[in-house]
Amino acid sequence: MSLPNLKYFNLSVKDNVLIIAFDDPEEKVNTLNLKMTSEFHQIMDIIDNDDNIKATVFTSGKADNFIVGADIKMIKEFKTKEDVVKTSKEGHELFKRIEKHKKPSVAAINGPCLGGGLEVALSCHYRLASDSSKTILGLPEVMLGLLPGGGGTQRLPKLIGIQKALDMMLTGKNIKPAKAKKMGLVDDVVCPESLEKIAVQVAQKLASGTMKIKRWKAKGKDKVLEDNFAGRALVFNQAKSMVLKKTGGLYPAPLKILEAVKAGVNSGAKKGYEAEADLFGDLAMTRESKSLISLFEGQTSLKKNRYGSPENKPDWIGVIGGGLMGSGISLVNIQKGIKTRLKDLSQESLGKSEKYVWGALNKRVKRRAMSSFERDKVFSSLTTQTDWSVFEKCPLVIEAVFEDLSLKQHILEEFEKIAPEDCVFASNTSALPIKQIAAVSKRPENVLGMHYFSPVEKMPLLEIIVTDKTSDRAASLAVEMGMKQGKTVIVVNDGPGFYTTRILAPLTDEAAIIALEGTDLHHINNIMKDFGFPVGPITLCDEVGLDVAMHIAKDLKKALGERICSAPSELIDDLVKNNMNGRKSGKGFFLYNETKSSNPLTKIFKGSGKEINPAALKIVRENRIELKGPQCSDEELQKRIAYRMINESALCLQEKIIKNPVDGDIGAVFGLGFPPTFGGPFRYLDLIGAQSFLNDMKKFEDRYGERFKVAKIIEDYAKENKKFHD
Amino acid sequence: MASETTTPNNGINNSDVPVIIDGVRTPFLRSNGAFSNFMAYDLGRLAISGLMGKTGLSPKEVDQVIYGIVVPDPSTPNIARECMLGAGLSDSTPAHTVSMACITSNMAATTAADQIRLGKCKTAVIGGVDHMSDPPIRVSRNLRQALIRLQKAKSPAQVFGQIRKLSFKDLMPQVPSITEFSNGLTMGQGCERMAMAMGATRAESDEFAARSHQLAFKAQKEGVYEGDIIPIKVPPKFALVDQDNGPRGDTTVESLSKLRPAFDKKFGIVTAGSASFLTDGASAVLMMGKKHAEKLNYQPLAILKDYVFKAGDPKDEMLLGPALAIPDLLAQNNLTTADIDVWEIHEAFAAQVVCFFKAFQDKNFMKNRLGHDQTFGELPLEKINIYGGSLSLGHPFAATGGRLLTTASKRLQKENAKYAVVAGCAAGGHGSAILLENPNL
Repeated sequence: MSLPNLKYFNLSVKDNVLIIAFDDPEEKVNTLNLKMTSEFHQIMDIIDNDDNIKATVFTSGKADNFIVGADIKMIKEFKTKEDVVKTSKEGHELFKRIEKHKKPSVAAINGPCLGGGLEVALSCHYRLASDSSKTILGLPEVMLGLLPGGGGTQRLPKLIGIQKALDMMLTGKNIKPAKAKKMGLVDDVVCPESLEKIAVQVAQKLASGTMKIKRWKAKGKDKVLEDNFAGRALVFNQAKSMVLKKTGGLYPAPLKILEAVKAGVNSGAKKGYEAEADLFGDLAMTRESKSLISLFEGQTSLKKNRYGSPENKPDWIGVIGGGLMGSGISLVNIQKGIKTRLKDLSQESLGKSEKYVWGALNKRVKRRAMSSFERDKVFSSLTTQTDWSVFEKCPLVIEAVFEDLSLKQHILEEFEKIAPEDCVFASNTSALPIKQIAAVSKRPENVLGMHYFSPVEKMPLLEIIVTDKTSDRAASLAVEMGMKQGKTVIVVNDGPGFYTTRILAPLTDEAAIIALEGTDLHHINNIMKDFGFPVGPITLCDEVGLDVAMHIAKDLKKALGERICSAPSELIDDLVKNNMNGRKSGKGFFLYNETKSSNPLTKIFKGSGKEINPAALKIVRENRIELKGPQCSDEELQKRIAYRMINESALCLQEKIIKNPVDGDIGAVFGLGFPPTFGGPFRYLDLIGAQSFLNDMKKFEDRYGERFKVAKIIEDYAKENKKFHD
Repeated sequence: MASETTTPNNGINNSDVPVIIDGVRTPFLRSNGAFSNFMAYDLGRLAISGLMGKTGLSPKEVDQVIYGIVVPDPSTPNIARECMLGAGLSDSTPAHTVSMACITSNMAATTAADQIRLGKCKTAVIGGVDHMSDPPIRVSRNLRQALIRLQKAKSPAQVFGQIRKLSFKDLMPQVPSITEFSNGLTMGQGCERMAMAMGATRAESDEFAARSHQLAFKAQKEGVYEGDIIPIKVPPKFALVDQDNGPRGDTTVESLSKLRPAFDKKFGIVTAGSASFLTDGASAVLMMGKKHAEKLNYQPLAILKDYVFKAGDPKDEMLLGPALAIPDLLAQNNLTTADIDVWEIHEAFAAQVVCFFKAFQDKNFMKNRLGHDQTFGELPLEKINIYGGSLSLGHPFAATGGRLLTTASKRLQKENAKYAVVAGCAAGGHGSAILLENPNL
């Protein structure tokens, strides 16, 4: 029998089993694409017609991935809902041919098996996964504002039960092989070396009927909930209320996933698949999905070091200052296998840092995400010390001491006394100008800023700041290490507040002004949460710390003028004067309760901060300002606050603080929580149009003055009707 | 000769001079103190990662780890491997565990030195750990056998049959005793026998013990050990431990003389105050070939020039090791005691050290037991253990050799001396003597 030579598949036959290996010759990883469809059908025809083939194995021709999902480019190219629905239905047809075939099929999975990849596997009669650390299974479509449109919403609940299926689809989480076997997502787990061999054996046994498949069945509580209409209604209602609570109703995808699953389990397969295709079509056309996809692509594009890979990969990284930031940086370093030397003034304070780092690792041990031995091993990459010994072996040293210019300068000078000429010195600061820190340096070409966000181990963004003197070599090393730490790295030019701090300032400024105009503090928070921010701006001030905000506001005002901080400074001055510094002091605009903290580096004030601090409210009232113009609608308030941030972002692009709109969007979303459903300030401008933005800003400028003066670049784009993104 | 032509010459061209680069240890703590919740493995990995952190050596440079333990934890039979992996050394570096009682890490060091001389290894980490807060307590042999048979029992009758065979006594746990397997003597009893035979007195013993405590206490106050001790923060509270807690500044001959003998209650001279105590601790020492060290830009502290291991009667010469080993070491290097400026001798018991001094000057012993025609001269007390010893600093069995080597190497540099001798006695009648030479002189 002769097998055709196909572009996207390698075919071979072993002991009457057809082995179909996905292998996209143009990519390092396999994705599902329309281009494959005709070849796929051709293969199914062979299986239909060739009597010598008794069973099939679906696997991958790549060494370390199965199929990572559908091709994003394909999804972006869909122009109409109908296109999407048609493609989804074609997928259904194809996968049905596998599922309904009387010749059994086995999916042999090694490496990521995600989205459409898992949907292929779900169509097979048996799933065999390798126990490689690279093997993960999941349906992450929800993270791109989509749903699994290849039958995933229908087949998964049948296989593993509604509750577990919903959990997977609503969170998009990755499942490791052992867990996958336990929950019934795969039938067995074997070592990668024997994967194909055993897959062929299983296929033969299934074909000859000598092997029966044991499948998950609802038992106990699950049976009560999932085996009848009333129980299922309860499950769906609970899932829905949880989704609404978590997303604030801002993301349509989770609700549509629920709808598709519900249609299938309550009204049968035909209705279910139809609903899935239809809802998939709806979602693919939403702004939310388009924004999330653009963010995903932006993040992917930032995985490449624009400065090229540095020649020498460092053995050690030095960190100076074992506070919350320094400890967090040390933690992400050692978790990614970067040996770290942490320097602080005393062994006692280093003990606190060690406790913080060890505690974070130990949490993973408790969750069984790592063994205690692995914890020890990772923890051993951290060396703590009070002197400068061996720092000369660190090609990169990150200083994370208190935000004080002269202190940072002093440390830089001390470091340069012992450092070889090519050591790079990075300052972790949210606003201190890198040029000023570097002013004391003998080798300013080696000095740059690395602005981490707190808590370092959770926040995805790293903002690297280069001055006009910083060498590309230094930038390359910093970017490389940032990426190795697992951060999304943007590189910005030095300037007051860099990028993220600078665009945050006008946002909180406008929120403060609106508060001084007499708007309820909760109301300000709520409307901005409705707009899509994860945290309201007033609460954000409390989180950042009002003392910190005060210093930044003063510096920015000095550098950039009234425009950036127009609120009367008495408000924040009075709050800080009365030790109302925000969460860290137990009270800011809101009140927080002190709790016993497991975190050795911070006193933790818990509580939702739902109660307004009466003393703060008194200060707000004392400094009340007149509302100019008519009473604002909620939408106008949202715009006033958000637009000042967006306008400042545009100014940063205009002044070349940021290099391009992608960096601007990524920085605002991942650093400051700009609503991901809008994809960032620049995508927002594209969405509503520069002209419409300009019109609103003109109106606000007339009413409130200078601070709403629109950036010239937006005027230009409006004139030319241009978009920031292609 | 045939053997010469057939002996493989693998690596011999890479032969190098073994040197000590640096050494560290955890603080030595009296057992059942702040380290109680650790395993021996924890202390070992902390010592090794401390050494790696202090020297800044890349893990991939380490060719070999030789690490020791005397009272092993059954869950870590090759503890060398677990310690070095837990300390973040490379998976591809082999590691093996050695055991030779109190001279365990002496053996680790000399084995590494031989490998370096033979060109089989360029860089080695050696040392040892013991954790006496958590000795392996076993169930009785009868109970062990019953438990194994129970696994195979099929019927309740068989199960009952096995259980019935056990007596109440069989259920008692067994704490390991520190006795010689061959003759049932404890170390203390062995020491008493030797003291009796050599004529060591209670006063001599107490005097030496008091000296050890006072020197160690002074050294601690002066920060002599600061660079060697890795500050340990003990999870989960991460309380700082950065000092030995053995040395007692208030120990005097007078206060010691009040203590009752611990082993031979009637006629003995060894008391709790003049014996080394149960200790938790670990040491780690970085060794390299001299040429290789130069290449990697490390300054050696000492050359490990030569060594001797000897053994005697495990009963009558149980703790006489240094007296057996040192004369041969000096003789084969054409040295006398006058040539040695730095002495670091393990102090198991004060009486044992006193006996060693006596034997060393005993012409009869030298001639008849060791076959040396002359004695090597009186030992200069002012050059011996000047920063205290095992009596005061503590004695985590397998870690002590690493401590002695580190201290002796650093003393060579500090005192600008040419030669150092590190020696120790060990159970089984063993003795070790190592000759260190200052590479800068």
